[in-house]
Amino acid sequence: MHQLYTAVFEPGFFASAQVHVAAAIGGIVAVVSAVVGVFTVMRGQSFAGHALGDVSAAGGSGALLIGLTPLAGFVGAGIAGAGMMDMIGVQRLRGRDLATGIVLGAAIGGSALFLYLGTTTGTATGATQQILFGSIFTTTPGTVTAVAALGALALASIATIARPLLLATLSTDIAAARGAPVRLVGLGFMLALAVSVALSSLAIGALLSTALLIGPAAAALRLTKTLPGALATACLTGVAATWLGILLAYDSYYWGPGHHSLPVSFFIVAIIFATYLASGLRAARRQAAVPVAAAADRDRIAA
Amino acid sequence: MFTGFMINAWATATIVAIVAGVVGYFVVLRGAAFPAHAIPKGAFAGAAGAALLGINTLIGLAVFSLLGALAIGTLGRRGRQDVVTALALVLMLALGAAFLSLTTQYEPEIYSLLFGQILGVSTTQILPIAALGAVCIAAIAILYRPLMLSSIVPEIAETNGIRSYRIQIAFLIVVALATTMTVPVTGALLIFSLMIGPPAAARSFTSRPLLAMALSVAIALVTVWAAIAASYLVNWPIGFFVGTLAALSYGTGRGWATWRRTHTGPRPATALPRQPATDHA
Repeated sequence: MHQLYTAVFEPGFFASAQVHVAAAIGGIVAVVSAVVGVFTVMRGQSFAGHALGDVSAAGGSGALLIGLTPLAGFVGAGIAGAGMMDMIGVQRLRGRDLATGIVLGAAIGGSALFLYLGTTTGTATGATQQILFGSIFTTTPGTVTAVAALGALALASIATIARPLLLATLSTDIAAARGAPVRLVGLGFMLALAVSVALSSLAIGALLSTALLIGPAAAALRLTKTLPGALATACLTGVAATWLGILLAYDSYYWGPGHHSLPVSFFIVAIIFATYLASGLRAARRQAAVPVAAAADRDRIAA
Repeated sequence: MFTGFMINAWATATIVAIVAGVVGYFVVLRGAAFPAHAIPKGAFAGAAGAALLGINTLIGLAVFSLLGALAIGTLGRRGRQDVVTALALVLMLALGAAFLSLTTQYEPEIYSLLFGQILGVSTTQILPIAALGAVCIAAIAILYRPLMLSSIVPEIAETNGIRSYRIQIAFLIVVALATTMTVPVTGALLIFSLMIGPPAAARSFTSRPLLAMALSVAIALVTVWAAIAASYLVNWPIGFFVGTLAALSYGTGRGWATWRRTHTGPRPATALPRQPATDHA
């Protein structure tokens, strides 16, 4: 029994302060991302959700250059980017796609400059890699507070606009006919998305930020039929994948003879991707059993 | 500015701009900006994998960009296109992170794979780039009619026996090829700017497809040429100029479209109907 226990949890896992911080930050970010992600996937804004990570990372590297805190850069650039996407993009899916692309392209150009200037002045060692992938094991305990506060802010905004947002998501026309401020709700959602993505890409990196935003939510929406069900499933999936990923990354140090641990992002993403594929199998089987009802259902959720 | 290694930079940039202008026209038309971003960025992981195995970077890039295109195409049949693209991208990046953790990759190399090193193109690199570029243009020329039809009016294309799924896969493969050839020189992130900004700007000026495509190539050419010149003079990364100029060209196009609408009244009916305003792409 003890052997099995030490095989699953390698020595020192529960005593490691690094693991505590990573588990706390990962858990908070997973929950916030899952909730925001359910709306993001339903609204078909995955691209914006991913792009805002890159946009806020550009702000982060810019902030370093002029001596601001990375947090200000991440959140500031994320909000500015979201506002610009909303301003350029019309409400259609294709216009939105293009608006996201234009803002993302400009932000990437900015990143190239900031990183170049940062590297030539010799302050940003490992910055490119940090921005590409990020690392959950390098976050400091101090970030936990900021992440928790901003996460709560994003969740509170979503909760405030939840009803008109859901209506506008399911049918823009019906929402507009009922007098819901569709445009304003859309902007409000983009801002909440920006804050959530900015904090997650600061805390755990742009790569995991996208993975935790889209993966658990997309899987949950294929598994459950109600909004509360989807929210709960997405949160559980996200937190489970994050903690399991941290455990596996910690253990991976003891696997090979070389004592070389694999990145935590690799494990979390692998778990999330497998979950998404599995949810597809279940959804397909259900669809085969009741094709008409399931199709109608899918259209209702995915509209 | 026009001597020695700079000649290679001008030649390469010209090829890249032509391909990006043509392929990008369909990227914008099909609303495929996310796959056009995800395939080059994910393919970067292939370069890391190639470094780990000690094989040619181009092979790694080709394998990963093709796998990415196929994953987005096939999984996109069942799930939502944007969700599948995001997940394929993070999976490829996660593999890249794992590869990098196993090698001792040199930081500047990662930077150049992401942001490009067009000023360091060698003469032997130009020929394969030109060849792959020609393949991309030829593929677009062959696919032109069904691709155009399925991009603009998918329903009519289906009734004419054009399988939009097959067209989608074929188109993503073209994007993957364009990616493979351009990532080593322009970087994984910049080819995306070139594929979005100039074509979107061109579509604001004209709705005639061939004219828009030609204009898109012209804007892309001006963008990269100006970017090289500016980068040479100021010594800032070329990526900054490409990204900014591409966004600027789009802004100009939008401004022009707005100005024309307010000054000449409603636009005349165009030869090709625009995509109906639904969210079911």
